Amino acid sequence: MTAIRVLVGTRKGAFILTADGKRDNWTVAGPHFAGWEIYHVKGSPADPDRIYASQSSSWFGQIIQRSSDGGKSWEQPASMDDPAPAGDDGGIPGMPRGESNKFVYDTSAETGRPLTTHQWYDGTQHPWEFARVWHLEPSLTDPDTVYAGVEDAALFRSTDGGRSWAELPGLRGHESGPRWQPGAGGMCLHTILLDRENPERMYTAISAAGTFRTDDGGQNWRPINRGLKSEFMPDPAAEVGHCVHRIAMHPSRPNVLFMQKHWDIMRSDDAGDSWEEVSGDLPSDFGFPIDVHAHEPETVYVVPIKSDSEHYPPEGKLRVYRSRTGGGDWEPLTQGLPQQDCYVNILRDAMAVDSLDPCGIYFGTTGGQVYASSNSGDRWTPIVRDLPSVLSVEVQTLP
Amino acid sequence: MIRVVLPQHLRTLAKVDGEVTLEVDGPVTARAILDVLEARYPMLCGTIRDHVTGQRRPLVRFFACAEDLSHDAPDAPLPAAIASGREPFYVVGAIAGG
Repeated sequence: MTAIRVLVGTRKGAFILTADGKRDNWTVAGPHFAGWEIYHVKGSPADPDRIYASQSSSWFGQIIQRSSDGGKSWEQPASMDDPAPAGDDGGIPGMPRGESNKFVYDTSAETGRPLTTHQWYDGTQHPWEFARVWHLEPSLTDPDTVYAGVEDAALFRSTDGGRSWAELPGLRGHESGPRWQPGAGGMCLHTILLDRENPERMYTAISAAGTFRTDDGGQNWRPINRGLKSEFMPDPAAEVGHCVHRIAMHPSRPNVLFMQKHWDIMRSDDAGDSWEEVSGDLPSDFGFPIDVHAHEPETVYVVPIKSDSEHYPPEGKLRVYRSRTGGGDWEPLTQGLPQQDCYVNILRDAMAVDSLDPCGIYFGTTGGQVYASSNSGDRWTPIVRDLPSVLSVEVQTLP
Repeated sequence: MIRVVLPQHLRTLAKVDGEVTLEVDGPVTARAILDVLEARYPMLCGTIRDHVTGQRRPLVRFFACAEDLSHDAPDAPLPAAIASGREPFYVVGAIAGG
C-alpha cells in the first residue's frame, strides 16, 4: 500500500506526518528533538527508512541525527547509540570512532586553496565560522553518503552514514570565495541538487554568492550566474554576489533548472550556463521556495511574497502560483488557502512534491501550517495548523 | 567525586537524569571537568565548547558556588567545594530572548 511521509523541520522540533496513498487522513508524530531548531530533515532515495536531520541551537551548536526506521527512533551517528564493532580500528566498542557533529573547514595546504576569509557586512574580510547545517542531501544511490550545506557557506560530505564529515573545499576555495557575503539570514549554502543522469554533476546555491556547478564530483566548481541581475549589487550582472533563494530541477531533465532569486524567477535550459527571467505575470517575483511537478517537467510552483522588506503574501492572500509552461504564464491556486488576513511566509526549503499520480504538493508556513494538495495544487487542505514556525518540508513516497 | 548539573537539552542528549558525577584526576578545573564529561558522554562534544578551539560557546555559562566563572581561565582551579563534591558545577544555557 503506497504511503506518504512528510518530514517537517520547525523552530522547535521535527514532526513526521503520514498518510496512505489517498492522502486524506493524516497522523502527526512529534515533536522529535523538542525545543531545538530543525533546519532540515530528509530521507535517502536509496533507503527510505534512512533519514537524516539537522538539529541545532544557538546555545549548544550542531547535532546530526539519523534514523534507520523511518523516523520512529533516532540516534546520533557515532555516539554510544551507534556502537562500532570492536577491534578493526583499535577503537573501544560502543564509543565513537567519528565525530558526527564536527564540521571543520578544510584549510590544509594539500588542497592548495586554504581559504580563510570572506566578505563581511562592512566590506572587511571575515573568518569562516561554522554556524549550522541548513540542508542535508542524501546520495541518490548510497544511504550512507550524504551532503551537508552549511553556514558559513560550504559543502561537506559524509560517506559513513553521518559519523564523520569532510569539506569539499573546491567550492569554498573558488577564487570568488573572498567576495561572497552573507545575506540577512547569514551566508548559507541552502540548496544541493544531484544529477540522476550524471553522478559527477552537482549544483549548489548560496546566499549571497549565487549558483555553482561541479562536473567532477565536487572537486572543482564554477559560478553559473550569467543572466542574473541583482539591483542590490554595484554591478547587477556580476559573476557572484547574487542572493539565490532556491533552485529546482525535474529529475528527468537535469539540464533544465528553475530558480527563485531574491527577486525574479529564472530558468536555465543549459545546466545553468545561462539564465532567462520567467517571472511573467506574477503579482510579485519575490519569494523563497520553487519546485517542479513530479510528472510534468514544465509545471513549476512558487509562492509570491510581497517584497524583500515585507515577507508575507501580497494583499494578505496566500496563493501558490503554478506555471504549466515552464514559467512566463502563471495561475493562482487559492482553493483551500486563506484569502484574507494572511501574513505568513514560506521559507526556501519548505515546499516539496510527492511522486504519486496525481502529484501531491506540500508546503509549510512560518505560522505553523502545513498545507497539502493531492491534485497538483488545484485544491489545498491543511494537514496540521499549529506547529512551530516551519523551516523545511520534505516528502517521501513509500511503496 | 565532582557533581555536574547540565541544562535540560544536554541532559536529553546525554540521556541522563539529574546530576552527573565524575572522577577527575589532578587539579579540578573547568577544562578538566569538561574533558572527563565529554569522554564519558561524547555526544556532548561541541555543545559546550567549540570543537576546534575548545572555547566556551557564547551562550553557555559556568556557575559554581553562586559565582559566574564563565570568564575565568579554563585551567584556573575551581573552588574547594566543587573539588570535594559539596557543591555542583553548573553548565547553564544563558538567558536570551524575550
